[in-house]
Amino acid sequence: MATFKRPHSLTDITLHYCPGCNHGIVHRLVAETIDELGIEGTTVGVAPVGCAVFAYNYFECDMQEAAHGRAPAVATGIKRVNPDNVVFTYQGDGDLAAIGTAETVHAAARGENITVIFINNAIYGMTGGQMAPTTLPGQVTQTSPYGRDVQTQGYPLKICEMLSTLDGVALAERCAVNNIKNITETKKAIKKAFQNQIDKKGFSIIEVLSTCPTNWGLSPVEALKWLEENMIPYYPLGVYKDKDGDK
Amino acid sequence: MEEKVLMKGNEALARAAIEAGCRFFFGYPITPQTEVAAYMAKQMPKIGGTFLQAESEVAAINMVYGAAGAGARVLTSSSSPGVSLKSEGISYIAGSDLPCVICNIVRGGPGLGGIQPAQSDYFQATKGGGHGDYHMIVLAPCSVQEMVNLVKEAFDLADYYRMPVMIMGDGMLGQMMEPVSFGSYKSSKELAEKTWATTGTKLERKRNIINSLYITPEELEKLVVERYKKYDTIIESEARSEEYMCEDADIIIAAYGTIARVSKTAIKRARDKGLKVGLIRPITLWPFDKKPFEKYSEKVKSFLTVEMSMGQMIEDVKLAVSGKAPVEFYGRTGGMIPTPEEILEKLENMMGGER
Repeated sequence: MATFKRPHSLTDITLHYCPGCNHGIVHRLVAETIDELGIEGTTVGVAPVGCAVFAYNYFECDMQEAAHGRAPAVATGIKRVNPDNVVFTYQGDGDLAAIGTAETVHAAARGENITVIFINNAIYGMTGGQMAPTTLPGQVTQTSPYGRDVQTQGYPLKICEMLSTLDGVALAERCAVNNIKNITETKKAIKKAFQNQIDKKGFSIIEVLSTCPTNWGLSPVEALKWLEENMIPYYPLGVYKDKDGDK
Repeated sequence: MEEKVLMKGNEALARAAIEAGCRFFFGYPITPQTEVAAYMAKQMPKIGGTFLQAESEVAAINMVYGAAGAGARVLTSSSSPGVSLKSEGISYIAGSDLPCVICNIVRGGPGLGGIQPAQSDYFQATKGGGHGDYHMIVLAPCSVQEMVNLVKEAFDLADYYRMPVMIMGDGMLGQMMEPVSFGSYKSSKELAEKTWATTGTKLERKRNIINSLYITPEELEKLVVERYKKYDTIIESEARSEEYMCEDADIIIAAYGTIARVSKTAIKRARDKGLKVGLIRPITLWPFDKKPFEKYSEKVKSFLTVEMSMGQMIEDVKLAVSGKAPVEFYGRTGGMIPTPEEILEKLENMMGGER
């Protein structure tokens, strides 16, 4: 009989995330994947700057902390030195899609054989709720107090759609962890993204739409509803690129 | 007799790095150091190494961070504007105690500046560049041979002290060809195994974390203070300079790199004219070798700092001389190189009243 327990690849340290934040779920899915693939001893993670900046405390494997946006470049350095390591980055939307856009796009274009976990919650969490590159049109944040005005503040970046045009990308899939069905789908996607790397297939990115109840000013339950009603329609879930074509 | 080959400074730099065991190079094209990347692009694949042309200097230095953290000997090279872009990463590398070698083949600035040789990045190299309390060892060769020797040593210094080391050249040194031998360097340092590197735990050890974030100020202060104890050791044991004709000198020139060689020519001509002039040539720009300046500061009439900048090293010379003798300056900037005649004229003006 299976017992529910903490994955071995997740350290026994209390997460610092806010109540209702989805980071905890995604951390767990990554750790379960590392356990199930038996790669804890060869995995090296790269933590971002943003809410997940302390991710190096939570994964029971070697970790490097990158400067803001630079995780794919750092991961490239690690992977080129030890190609048999499994190297993943864990990044938020400000980190991956604003300050680190160049590093993201070029690691993808090179087909760098790494796994990228991308948390898109449409806001800068750690600095207190500023507009992100993925903030929805009309969405109120600290730096779009009248709602994101696309005339002056532009449109959101659709990362999976963009990266799916690049030949170096093996897998680009957008998921969410708002209900059990989607959590199961996300787990499958994350596992595939890691397996791709083991199979030397190239760059895999899993975008996970996530909630930020604190900075959205909503309760955890309201936040899930907001994600379903606003984010998923703008950022449709699904596989945007799969070199295998088997999905 | 040791075999000598005729090589461009930039290519000799690259070959020396490979001979020092460097198998990873991450860079971005910029004049006047492009031959370093070109050499690496050609040679690395032949020896199972990695040459990667990054999307920017910012990406390149962060690839260096990752590779250094993974335990490799790694090099990046650039020129002034590119080094400004790398400075963020250098601060992170210093703050995470990672070894690597960074070459700056300096050109005129600020901004895009020019592409001719300059020394106007002295402040950036020795006083920061990036943010926070940190240093890197800065080595300033004055010939292609010394470039080769110092590049090899730079990797040992980086590994030994677990910190970034910069080779500070200039467009002249990078572009000129000189006969050079590669066999003469022997490491004097016992290098420890890199047990801290993120190579995967293999489930045999506790996880390694490469990081410069310490959210508790007490903890961060303690770490920085510890790092400064290491810097004290380096100041004590690694500061290095060359003295040339200083014993009887009335004026001692302070100059490094390319302009130190030009100064030597000026000194020979000055001596022919009966002017007693010597040279202190700092080889390590950080740590700055104060000792020869302290030794001669009460013997000379004055010092003359000659630089290919508006005067940056002169601040360290003045600190070392500590008010015991006047310190004058002669320099050209923007890619202009002072000629021996110009330096001689300055020397004659300085001695003018007494002859």
